[in-house]
Amino acid sequence: MITNLNILIPEIFLSLSTFSILMIGVFLKKSFNIIFNLSSLIIIVTIAIIISSPNSEEKIFLESFTRDAFSNYFKVLILLSSLFVLNSSKNFIVENKLDKFEYPIIILLSILGMFFMVSSNDLILFYLGLELQSLSLYILASIDRDNLRSTESGIKYFVLSALSSGLLLYGCSLLYGFTGSTNFDLIASQLNKENTGAVFAMVFILVGLAFKVSAVPFHMWTPDVYEGAPTSITSYFAVVPKVAGLALLIKFMFIPFSNILLEWQTIIIFISIASMILGAVAAMVQKNFKRLLAYSSIGHIGYALAGVATGAVSGYESAIVYISIYVIMNIGAFSCLYLLKKDGQYRENISDLSGISKKHPLLAISFLIILFSLAGVPPLGGFFAKFYVFVAVLEREMYTLAIIGLLTTVMSAFYYLKIIKTIYFDDSIIAFEQTKNRTAQISIFASCTILITFFLYPSILNNLVNSLFIS
Amino acid sequence: MNFPILSTLIFLPLLSSLFIFLSRDKKNHNSIYISLFSSIATFLLSLFLWYSLDNNSAEFQFVEEKSWINNYIKFKLGVDGISILFIVLTTFITPICIISCINSVKTRVKEFLIAILILETFMIGVFCSLDLVIFYLFFEAGLIPMFLIIGVWGGPRRVYSAFKFFLFTLLGSVLMLVAIIVIYWLTGTTDITEIYKIKIPKDYQNILWLAFLSSFAVKMPMWPVHTWLPDAHVEAPTAGSVILAAILLKMAGYGFLRFSIPMFPIASEYFTPLIYSLSIIAIIYTSLVALMQDDMKKLIAYSSVAHMGYVTLGIFTLTKQGIEGSIYQMISHGLISAALFLCVGVVYDRLHSRMISSYGGLVSYLPKYSFLFIVFALAALGLPGTSGFLGEFLVLTGAFQKSYLAAMLATFGVVLGAAYMLWLTKRVIFGTINNAEIKNLSDVNKSEIIMLATLAFFVIFFGFYPLPLMETFSVSVNSLIDNYQIALISN
Repeated sequence: MITNLNILIPEIFLSLSTFSILMIGVFLKKSFNIIFNLSSLIIIVTIAIIISSPNSEEKIFLESFTRDAFSNYFKVLILLSSLFVLNSSKNFIVENKLDKFEYPIIILLSILGMFFMVSSNDLILFYLGLELQSLSLYILASIDRDNLRSTESGIKYFVLSALSSGLLLYGCSLLYGFTGSTNFDLIASQLNKENTGAVFAMVFILVGLAFKVSAVPFHMWTPDVYEGAPTSITSYFAVVPKVAGLALLIKFMFIPFSNILLEWQTIIIFISIASMILGAVAAMVQKNFKRLLAYSSIGHIGYALAGVATGAVSGYESAIVYISIYVIMNIGAFSCLYLLKKDGQYRENISDLSGISKKHPLLAISFLIILFSLAGVPPLGGFFAKFYVFVAVLEREMYTLAIIGLLTTVMSAFYYLKIIKTIYFDDSIIAFEQTKNRTAQISIFASCTILITFFLYPSILNNLVNSLFIS
Repeated sequence: MNFPILSTLIFLPLLSSLFIFLSRDKKNHNSIYISLFSSIATFLLSLFLWYSLDNNSAEFQFVEEKSWINNYIKFKLGVDGISILFIVLTTFITPICIISCINSVKTRVKEFLIAILILETFMIGVFCSLDLVIFYLFFEAGLIPMFLIIGVWGGPRRVYSAFKFFLFTLLGSVLMLVAIIVIYWLTGTTDITEIYKIKIPKDYQNILWLAFLSSFAVKMPMWPVHTWLPDAHVEAPTAGSVILAAILLKMAGYGFLRFSIPMFPIASEYFTPLIYSLSIIAIIYTSLVALMQDDMKKLIAYSSVAHMGYVTLGIFTLTKQGIEGSIYQMISHGLISAALFLCVGVVYDRLHSRMISSYGGLVSYLPKYSFLFIVFALAALGLPGTSGFLGEFLVLTGAFQKSYLAAMLATFGVVLGAAYMLWLTKRVIFGTINNAEIKNLSDVNKSEIIMLATLAFFVIFFGFYPLPLMETFSVSVNSLIDNYQIALISN
């Protein structure tokens, strides 16, 4: 029993160190800087621990906690994206007086929650992880507590999320009632198509998960929360919880619900199509960049879900590749927002970008690369993400899904082009301050470089993701 | 493994654009020299490629293969007698575009050159690729620089035109992407040399063929999806129009030859009447529309649609004359339309008007310009002794073997072509002087004369001596037709 604890080392390290820096924060005044740097360090060390630990599958605590290649991949992805999101937003946090020492600590706690989510092999552990993550996110959404819109978005997120958690919990209890177990493997062996109650349970669980990844029709909170929360939080929201949510969706399909795949698939196909269409249509009329990114993220989740909807391993792989590239693109897009500063204010309207290509050519070209990549135009990374998804979808001969997906790609290209038009074709209005925000610049540079050079070795991610399902 | 000459050809312009991007050059002189130098180097390299290509073999040559996506999609390049000509055309037109922007582009010259060079990379890539996915990649990637060229350096309605161009083309080609992936799942490969050997099931051919058509028809452009072209041409800067007319439109014709016919022979046979009708409508209808234009660029744009009608007609006659004529027509249209757009660009730079009514009587004040303009106008209407004649003549010869009706109607289009081109010449070059400013215009300067005279030379040279081109593609076309016949018989 004790020897097995080394499987938990990343989680143990993360939680212990989080609580120790919490202590530092409590007793040390003006400790934001130290805590911020320490938490970056903690994230890096955790990455190192996970990478150095073996990928072989092991289950501990009555098989409720799994460590395997799948969970390790997602943990590293979560940590890496958090690291970039956190560091690129540091200037923003300080300048907007959000520099409370709790900020990075809560982020670390939400990461811990996600760790348990992606590692869970049991409904109870899964729910606990999910709630730890959600509670941290409620606080983060309203962290700018004197700001009306930030608190509003926090409350909104809390109310809706609590509702979805309730549904999810209800689903879990139904599932327990019908299968007599909370363990994923046991549930999988108990479930079959005749088990109508389990289908109900599945629907409730799906609602909860769809809410977390903000898929239509459970997306309503997304635009408001994205717009209301401070940009640094929005970028975290847009990236990290999505990764964990998608991991869970795949996991549920792969293990507990693998026997009722058909029922589950139908719903996901619907959600995927609805998300793609809504993401494309609703984003066209947005004027606020963060709101636009909210709708764009809904659309992108739709594409990732199209991969999940195939119900095949190749589809799951493509969804994982998709979400990984999505993370890279969104980190770049949000980091660009940290450079749009004028008179001490960060601008977030699309019209403020007007003509920045003349005064800020490098920023403009970064926007260009990221936006074309989000639109899925080759030869940028975003194209390959979509390509893999559609390869997987067409392998299952789901032509309708593929054609709708590609048509919405064209529709969504329209609004990305509109931003590019504002940046490149319109006349310059605002000259932004030359900010020395090195970390954001590094994030943008890293993101653009990956997106441009992705076509040289497009199968790097594939090979990595491929190995997750072999074991 | 030999020296990867095709990759070098593709990535040379990209590298030099990177070089320009990183250089700090305030006055843009160096950027122009670097890009000119690199594009001429690319041109020479492509000439070397043409020279060392074995004309007597229909096989793909200079093949480069590299595993790319999970070993199942390869980065495969190669050229044969057909594609080499398009590559040379691309590398030949690009330096001319770069020279033209000395006069016509005043703002953000450096970015413009970067866009042109990146576009060149993608265009060469399209003609070199032997893998469907790579082809799609380059085919679509070309949209980004072209979108920016139209949108940033274009005329007053540039935003509308750029959007229309981008979205039309993207919409057309996503269906091709679906088709490509379906082909992958059907045959297990996207390597076209492999697909040529595997017969795609008959039930799938028609639908796949239509998916490819949706992309090529927009790009070509064929009636009724041609409406983006006049807008894009009118608003694009001169160099943009030149590339658009000379090379981007040829991608679709090339696509038909490289993909549609060899991969889907049965469907190609089946849909021939459709293509004939669309081509005839394009020839007659757009010629009539061209007659009524007030805008010179728009007129030439519509004439391009009509000329592309001959190309599609010729390709789908599936006779040796028809296909050779189409290829010849594409090359010659590449030279002639490029020259005509440059001619419009020359007077536009001076008078800032594209309206026919603002000109007239140019011959008295710009004699050299008028001479060149008339040469190109006559070439465009297919006067014997220019390259335009041979292409149309061969296409019509091919068409007469298959369908008298189509050939008759297409021949009627030649008359209409003469009508709008001659009327344009009459109103712009001859006639009374409507605009007092014309008296103050200067004749073509040195760089303009270099561009136009080079093009004029080749237009006339290939009008009299088609052999170098014919020799190059003849064997490849023969094998294309042979394979097509075999596929039909064995069906």
